[in-house]
Amino acid sequence: MNEMNQVRKPPVATTGIIGWLRINLFFNWTNSLITLFVIYCLYQFIPWILDWTIFSADFKYNYLGEQITNQEMCSRNLDPENGGACWAVIYVRFYQFIYGFYPKVEVWRVNIAYAMLALALLPLLFAKLPYRKYFLYFTYIFPVIAYFLLNGGLGFTEVSTNKWGGLLVTLVLGCTGIALAFPIGIMLALGRRSKLPVISMMCTLFIEFIRGVPLITLLFFGMVMLPLFLPEGIDMDGLVRVLVAVTLFQSAYMAEVIRGGLQAIPPGQYEAAKSLGMSYWRMNLLIVLPQAIRISIPPIVNTSIGLFKDTTLVIIVGILDLLGIGRGTLADTNWLGLSYEIYFFVSLVFFIFTFGMSRYSLYLEKKLKTGINMGAD
Amino acid sequence: MRSNLGFFSDEKFRSIFFQTLVIGLFALGIFFIVNTTAYNLEKRNIATGWSFLQNPAGFDISFSPFLEFKSTDTHLKVYFVGVLNTLLVSITGCIAATILGFLLGIIRLSSNWLLSRLVYIYVEFSRNVPLLLQIILWYSILIQLPRVKQSLQFLDVFYISNRGLYSPRPIFESGFSYVLIAIVLALVSSFLINRWAKKRQDKTGQQFPVFFSSIGLIFVVPLILFFILGSPMSFEHPELKGFNFKGGLVIRPEFIAMFLALSIYTAAFISEIVRAGIMSVSKGQREASAAIGLKQTWIMRLIIIPQALRVIVPPLTSQYLNLTKNSSLGIAVGYADLVHGFGGISLNQTGQAIECMVIVMATYLTISLTISFFMNIYNRSIQFKEK
Repeated sequence: MNEMNQVRKPPVATTGIIGWLRINLFFNWTNSLITLFVIYCLYQFIPWILDWTIFSADFKYNYLGEQITNQEMCSRNLDPENGGACWAVIYVRFYQFIYGFYPKVEVWRVNIAYAMLALALLPLLFAKLPYRKYFLYFTYIFPVIAYFLLNGGLGFTEVSTNKWGGLLVTLVLGCTGIALAFPIGIMLALGRRSKLPVISMMCTLFIEFIRGVPLITLLFFGMVMLPLFLPEGIDMDGLVRVLVAVTLFQSAYMAEVIRGGLQAIPPGQYEAAKSLGMSYWRMNLLIVLPQAIRISIPPIVNTSIGLFKDTTLVIIVGILDLLGIGRGTLADTNWLGLSYEIYFFVSLVFFIFTFGMSRYSLYLEKKLKTGINMGAD
Repeated sequence: MRSNLGFFSDEKFRSIFFQTLVIGLFALGIFFIVNTTAYNLEKRNIATGWSFLQNPAGFDISFSPFLEFKSTDTHLKVYFVGVLNTLLVSITGCIAATILGFLLGIIRLSSNWLLSRLVYIYVEFSRNVPLLLQIILWYSILIQLPRVKQSLQFLDVFYISNRGLYSPRPIFESGFSYVLIAIVLALVSSFLINRWAKKRQDKTGQQFPVFFSSIGLIFVVPLILFFILGSPMSFEHPELKGFNFKGGLVIRPEFIAMFLALSIYTAAFISEIVRAGIMSVSKGQREASAAIGLKQTWIMRLIIIPQALRVIVPPLTSQYLNLTKNSSLGIAVGYADLVHGFGGISLNQTGQAIECMVIVMATYLTISLTISFFMNIYNRSIQFKEK
């Protein structure tokens, strides 16, 4: 009888905060041990990193209240016990990180170019932008405007590219590389799938060659071999030579991505276009490519992220991009030994751009999936 | 009008016409480039031909673990040292990245929320920061280690300082070759045992303890032989003399930085590939294998991993290719690989840019093609076979 009256305990919670904790953190004893260990490590690490980066860091002034102008004035060099990061180096050299050695009087041109770049990207990023068509016209002419704005000409004083640097060079290389590689990549992808054996073989060889060698060898090719190939009198700018290498590299990868998209188009589309009497170019431009590019946008963004990261390689051939300016600052006796601060800052800038792009590609993938499903329903 | 163009609208004619046109233009372009290049080279007094390979290099290479290198050695030897260094960092990097990547990929799928979030943060950070930056960062950490005199000690035989990692160097005496032969024989026989055991299991269902017998063959037998022969191996310990260590095995910080950065960066990509691969195996497979009473570890080993590998291997191959190509970034920290040693210093000393770049590019192409070739064979062996 007693047993019958015994009240059974309610089942363990599987919902709410307690339930969530039980399922995700303390499922069994090994799991609980791991959780506790991780929490302990985080407890040790997080306060330390926060202290170093924020609480005992110098931003502009050291702990004596003086404005920092060289590394000796950083709190951590005055008093190793108390100081954290010395962000003053970023503050002092901020101009160089963003514009390189662009003349200060002309820097408004770079600022306008940055703003216009943001404007030009808008219609590409948001398909539902109002008046998108007009924005797109602007996007098409933006490279021309940017060229004259940054380089000079048309009434602007000339600023030679060896004065460019920092984020400016990183963005110029990244954006130009991606923008030029896109049409070349399409041509190469079409060429590789062409029925003409000579064209298909040449495109395949080109793509496989570029993809088989490291970017750095292509940069060397651009720097040391390209000048030998050109007739006398044609003197190529250093940045242009690097751009040629970067564009060749990127277009091979772009071609493979677009080829993937082309392969996904059902043959019925080709046949339907042909039966309407369309020529090869009409069929590709009006029927096949719009569909192929639409499905290959996520991988295109992914290779673009790769290119954006790879632009740092230009420091090896002596062009000062963001990382190059960072290394240059480190070589300055005033800022010797601040490598962690500088590399942290440069990483953060790259992280913001690349992480943003990768989120965007995920968003596109999701949108594309729902789009296709809606079409199928 | 139309009849005049008749032969032009003929597909066959058009295809031949365009292809001939392309070949013609291509040949013209090559002819033009060769001509201008020859002119430019002559004007700049740059020698041509391959004879420079036999000239003495005139510079030292600080890290050459396989070949002894002196500054009087030829540029050809610089090339071989470079290839070996490239292969060394690529192969060790690929192995480390694979192990780390698989581990992280599996942890990322763990039911422990905190752990999987932690791996996620790691993956996002190391994927989204340029590799070159990571290499330079690791290098700058390593050269800020204590100086040689204050070097950190481990177990009294390993020393870590800003000059690298010093460890005892094994010295093999005459009898050691027998041990090596024993190891090779053990490897071959455990491979054969594995095949025999699989066949027997397929036929009779009986299992053979392959794992333990292989361990016994590979480790225990050579070890016993080693002691019977009177331990034909000794260690040369590094000793601090003056400002640096003498003797022992040195692993330079350039190599360590390259190895760490390459394997950690690639592991992040591999972990995502592994995660996607495991997730691609349908839930029913796991449930079905649990229903027939397989142990958790067996489900992973016998059911999930073999199916996941089919999805994992093709992108894994391209990660190996990427890692090998990325090893060319060693030039940023002075790691004497193919690009830095031969494509950098030799090129600058001889000025023969075209020859050097052609050799470097051809070597990378060969390495890439070799990796793809072997990975394709492996890929074919694990693909689903219809019986």
